[in-house]
Amino acid sequence: MRANRSLEIGTGLFVLLGFAALLFLTTQLPASGVKLGGAKTGYHVSAEFDNVGDLKVGSPVSMSGVTMGEVTSIRFDSTTYKAVVSMRIDKQYNQIPEDSYAAIQTQGLLGGKYIGLSPGGSDTYLKQGSRIDQTQSAIVLESLINKFFANYTSKSAGDSQSAGSASAGKGADTQGKAESKK
Amino acid sequence: MSGTRPSLLSEGVRRLGSTTLFLAGLIIQCVPALARPRLVINQIYNAGARSLVIIMLSGLFVGMVLGLQGYDLLRRFGSEEALGTAAALGLLRELAPVITALLFAGRAGTALTSEIGLMRATDQLTAMEIMAVDPVRYVAAPRFLGGLIAMPLLAAIFSVIGLFGAQMIGVQLMGVDKGVFWSQTQSSVGLHDVSEGLIKSVVFGIACSLIAVHEGYNATPTAEGVGLATTRTVVASSVVTLLLDYVMTAEFL
Repeated sequence: MRANRSLEIGTGLFVLLGFAALLFLTTQLPASGVKLGGAKTGYHVSAEFDNVGDLKVGSPVSMSGVTMGEVTSIRFDSTTYKAVVSMRIDKQYNQIPEDSYAAIQTQGLLGGKYIGLSPGGSDTYLKQGSRIDQTQSAIVLESLINKFFANYTSKSAGDSQSAGSASAGKGADTQGKAESKK
Repeated sequence: MSGTRPSLLSEGVRRLGSTTLFLAGLIIQCVPALARPRLVINQIYNAGARSLVIIMLSGLFVGMVLGLQGYDLLRRFGSEEALGTAAALGLLRELAPVITALLFAGRAGTALTSEIGLMRATDQLTAMEIMAVDPVRYVAAPRFLGGLIAMPLLAAIFSVIGLFGAQMIGVQLMGVDKGVFWSQTQSSVGLHDVSEGLIKSVVFGIACSLIAVHEGYNATPTAEGVGLATTRTVVASSVVTLLLDYVMTAEFL
């Protein structure tokens, strides 16, 4: 009977441990999973961005590199055509100036996006339901490259006549196509 | 068969066929075996709880190695922040199911084979048959079910311990930010990654337990035969695990 009891306890512990591990993997690891531990305390603020890049729910919100909260939802506003990001900020950080500036930044070279807050100068602070008005969108690498090439080609157009006319020809071509589509 | 050695191919096909038939018999006997939960619980203890130490220790060191290697590799691309992602995905989808299955074959599979093989060699299985007790139901099925249930749990434990091992190296030793480590991991690991690992470990659990039980059940009833069967269990389980892993990875990606 005694050996039986220790066997049962051993098996019980093993199964418990296994399910605890599974629970951790399914609920805590993926951001899409069900979060345990209830709602975290803090207050919610929102901000509108032109482009959120690959910002995700659960991405950190930080100021001066210190994480203060996380993104709780991202939705699309169909009247302003902007992305509305709601974020939860821990209640201990309750003295963030109202006119603070929110920018979507990147962790490292290939890292994920996060929201970086820069303090403003106002005497009133952000509170539950506040909106951050000054925002800067995510920098999309492709558009940056496009901008660079646009600058580059317009500069080099003057240098060589043939290249300029080629690109102009292309431009006319695409314009013609666009018009024919209409 | 008389006198001539069967060719390797026909022997392989025969073995595959007999294993498949054995699996069919096992599945039929699994439901009545569950009516005796104590037998199954005993086997979960044998296959699972007693493999816990080796699984946890291996998981910790695999995770720590992932932390070191991953950090060194990712640093070359300036993206140390992705260490958590790399470690979590590597562990969940690949390393945890496969290494758990290999360790399981060595730790629990051999024990199963030699136990059942010795029962065969000492005529215990025959005695059961004479007493109208189905040895597949009372000996093979509980062991099969025990291994099947233990494997996904062991793989999950392996993943979690490995992840903390990687975090220990990455965050404490290499100085990756802890918040970034976890937020990156959470943003890039989906539920489907977890379920992929889970499905893999269930399949490996079926394969490894089946091979172990089958080899023991059909062992030549001699001391040498049991030894050979045990060796075959490890070899067959490892090869089948890696082969199935390739097939399933190709399927999932």
